[in-house]
Amino acid sequence: MLKLKQTLPPLAVLGLLIAVWWLVVVKTESAIFPTPLQVVTGTLELVKDGSLWEHIGSSLMRVGAGFLLAVVVAIPLGLWMGRVEGAYITLNPIFQILRPISPIAWIPLAILWFGVGNASPIFLIFIASVFPMIVQTAAGVHTIEQRYLRAAENFGVSRYKLFTQVIIPAVLPEMIVGMRISLGVAWLVVVAAEMIALRSGLGYLIMDSRNAGNRYDLVIAGMIIIGIIGLLLDGLMRLLEGLKSVRWRYGR
Amino acid sequence: MVDKIVIKDIKKSFVSGKETLAVVGGLSLTVGEGEFVAIVGPSGCGKSTLMKIIAGFEQPDSGHVAVDGVLRKGPNANGIVISQHGSVFPWLNVQQNLMFGLNGNEHGDKAALADHYAAMVGLKGFEQNYPHELSGGMLKRVEIARALVVKPEILYMDEPFSALDALMNLRMRTELLRILEEERHTVLLITHDVEEAIHLADRIIVLSPRPASIQAVFEVPFKHPRKLSTPEAQTLKDDILRELGI
Repeated sequence: MLKLKQTLPPLAVLGLLIAVWWLVVVKTESAIFPTPLQVVTGTLELVKDGSLWEHIGSSLMRVGAGFLLAVVVAIPLGLWMGRVEGAYITLNPIFQILRPISPIAWIPLAILWFGVGNASPIFLIFIASVFPMIVQTAAGVHTIEQRYLRAAENFGVSRYKLFTQVIIPAVLPEMIVGMRISLGVAWLVVVAAEMIALRSGLGYLIMDSRNAGNRYDLVIAGMIIIGIIGLLLDGLMRLLEGLKSVRWRYGR
Repeated sequence: MVDKIVIKDIKKSFVSGKETLAVVGGLSLTVGEGEFVAIVGPSGCGKSTLMKIIAGFEQPDSGHVAVDGVLRKGPNANGIVISQHGSVFPWLNVQQNLMFGLNGNEHGDKAALADHYAAMVGLKGFEQNYPHELSGGMLKRVEIARALVVKPEILYMDEPFSALDALMNLRMRTELLRILEEERHTVLLITHDVEEAIHLADRIIVLSPRPASIQAVFEVPFKHPRKLSTPEAQTLKDDILRELGI
């Protein structure tokens, strides 16, 4: 019953939006802007010739590669910066300057360094996701409460145990938040990056559909699919927040 | 009684800006093996700083602390601190928390040892629960059990029960006494609750306002289980409160 109460209003608004969209297109007799039905048939077309899966696959592969690369770099770096005061003082200002630069601004450099292949978007996604994760992880280490570190010191545990059983689990909730932010940004960026010069991916699908014969039905189909996949990716990260060993941090 | 902890003329001050704040001013105390000593003092008198120095988390400016005749250089598992807000790790379940302090391989079956102490403090059946699923009183039990697992010779308790409600506070005191019947430890308790001190301790030290030094010492001659409503206990309480200026 509660589930119904939560899903019904957004579904109703969505239905209303589609109805208005349909009505406006029909009333204005637009030659270019598609009706919802045309978008659906356009999508089915892409499904049938298999190109939709190809585009989704390429986009996800690029996000996956760039994001994992960022995790591998950001987590150790963030932990190190959190623990070692000198590292924090030295590196934090640099990351604070790099962080507000939109990943889109890196596109010219990416093309210069990596050409127009897969490496460019992967690099851009890496740039987009690595900074939020570093900053969040380092902040997480700084917020570990003294009493937990004291207790570990009291029991005289090894450095290894201190890291695996105190510091990493204590920071894990912050890391997950950082990863969630990063993945969201990465998904934004991959679409933008693919609009530049690539031959596959959802961003390419959108640009190509417009350039090759004003197929606005496919443009909108691409947009909606990007939105849905973004939602699913966020849902995936939210699952991590439900883990028993991190739930203490997010309240009951 | 053998001397367990010997505190010799320790002094500690903190410097903030131009001002120097003397927190502990020349305090000496000897605690015997297996003795339960309570330290009572007005709030802000430096009780907690004193405890940190004795447990090894801070160094005194002068004087020293010796345990078993060995100078105390830093904290170790020989004496475990149990503090007001506790330090049970919220990311580990009860059993993992209890196993935390068991280093190396000389403990045999660590899980079994952890479960033994969980049962001892009344947490049987909660071994797999996470701290956020437990009440404040149960968390305190986890904390005590985690300390006992490593078989420390000394327990340093810094207002251990003051965050609990009055009823749970009373229950935990009784539990603590029962546990100490089973395994005798030397206990140093810091509290502002005079009744708690009379209920638990063999000896009560009253501290002066800052900088802390010993103002008075009271022996508690009553046998366990103690009743705080007896005239003798009331008189003792009045005497201690008078020392505290109340």
